[in-house]
Amino acid sequence: MKRNKVIWTSIVIVAIVISIFGTAYYVGAFASKRSKLVISTTTSLFDTGLLDEIEDRFEAKYPIDLYFISVGTGLAIEHAKRGDADMMLVHDPSMESTFLSDGYGLCRKIIAYNFFVIVGPEDDPAEIEGLSPSEALINIVEAGRKEEAKWVSRGDSSGTHSKEKSLWTMAGFDSNELKNEGWYIEAGAGMGTTLGIANTYSAYTLADLGTYLAYYDYGVPTPGKVSLVVLVDQGQELLNVYSTMAVNPSIHEELNFEGAITFIKFLISEEGQNLIGEYGQGDYGQSLFFPAVELLKENTDSTLVGWIEDYAYIDGEECPPEYQDGHPELYI
Amino acid sequence: MASEILEVLIEALELVFSGDPTFLEITTRSILISGTATLLSALWGAPIGMILGLKKFRGKTLLKSLFNALLGIPTVALGLILYLFLSRSGPLGFLQILYTPVGIIIGQSILITPITVSFVTSAIESVDPEIRDLARTLGASETQASITVLGESSGGFLLAVIASFNRAIAELGVALMIGGNIKGITRVLTTTIALETTRGEVVLAIALAIILLTIVSVLSLSINLIQRRRT
Repeated sequence: MKRNKVIWTSIVIVAIVISIFGTAYYVGAFASKRSKLVISTTTSLFDTGLLDEIEDRFEAKYPIDLYFISVGTGLAIEHAKRGDADMMLVHDPSMESTFLSDGYGLCRKIIAYNFFVIVGPEDDPAEIEGLSPSEALINIVEAGRKEEAKWVSRGDSSGTHSKEKSLWTMAGFDSNELKNEGWYIEAGAGMGTTLGIANTYSAYTLADLGTYLAYYDYGVPTPGKVSLVVLVDQGQELLNVYSTMAVNPSIHEELNFEGAITFIKFLISEEGQNLIGEYGQGDYGQSLFFPAVELLKENTDSTLVGWIEDYAYIDGEECPPEYQDGHPELYI
Repeated sequence: MASEILEVLIEALELVFSGDPTFLEITTRSILISGTATLLSALWGAPIGMILGLKKFRGKTLLKSLFNALLGIPTVALGLILYLFLSRSGPLGFLQILYTPVGIIIGQSILITPITVSFVTSAIESVDPEIRDLARTLGASETQASITVLGESSGGFLLAVIASFNRAIAELGVALMIGGNIKGITRVLTTTIALETTRGEVVLAIALAIILLTIVSVLSLSINLIQRRRT
């Protein structure tokens, strides 16, 4: 019995210590007078680490704490619809258009763009290197049907998956039918896992440049990294446009609409845009994202602006006036 | 390939011992959150387990099977259900604990309650029924006899607490769905491992996994040592 007492006393002491420290810790965490801004974000932006850098700069300047929730586009929309996120960072123009017209979003701003890449095994069995995206996909289907190549699809309703489906449509295929063919593998996973699967099967896949570079082994076989190489990276069809939207404050009274507008203004400011444009140059020797605000305002590259307008504008505008909600200054 | 995996492991170990303050911060947060969750679940789980172990009543078998079945609940499913409750539009949205450490604590304490209950119940039931009878023949009342049984099964309580804590600190679904993996606030060991894995930071993810495994193993080892000493 004596040993029992020692054990129980020590358990009680440990328990008390934990609860005291725990309580003190939470009181400390909630004593902050700063307001809180919850942002649902696409994984491709978050996983590169760009948002961590933006967060540090923004929080040093404004009394607002950024809470990034990186969950994949499907759940990100659900979060916003339920009033659990104050704003969104996404890359799926058709979904964004629906989101606005359903009355959930306001003040959409295009903040950045880059290009998706089609990656595949170095020996390139379908011979797609340097082709246009549509030609490349046609070759992959032909090689796939001859059992010479494989394709891995994200299959997770993410923004990248949505892009992939539209690429198949442009190339004249229906991804719902391709699904049933043996060479077409559905991952149902995030970008990193999908790249890993493609690597294992020596298959082709569509990737965002940021995640791909984080996974690329640079020719040295490394566990957890991939040896796939970029084969197609040119073409209007591969354009990827990132936008931000505030969630309509009429959905829920607790929504931090003011904070969202402040953060949108920071993202489109010169400082925010420079942060976006310079990110990755240190680690990868190249930018992962290109700032879009100046480009669209000054029309410095009319071909590119045309592509962005074709792909990511809604009714011919970045954000139709009825959704600008008294913030026309964002669109000057 | 094997040598490359070894290299990753060595790099990860170096990282663990590099004394990076974020490691300490994330580990402390994990221990605090899961420790408090364990405490809460012990608070209500132990009495439920005691009742299930000591008393006889109708529906007892059903209740015990229910807790046993809940042992295997997928953490993501529980996280999703809790999210729907705690969402701003959900019935408990007014509590405003979504994306806070308190949210994770409550979620994890619910997750591990079946473990606490089942372990306590079986610890009590495994006490030789003759001990109870012996206590009664020696003139103990029903309550006193129960206390004797509880005393005999105290090792089982400890095991329940440690097993619950291990499950809490190693689970991902609830921490991710309810906590949101927010830097500096709800980022714990498991959510960081998941994040760094998707980011392709293999070494960092392995380093964090080593920390997690160390915590869990040390606890399991100490409980085994304590039990050995007792017998």
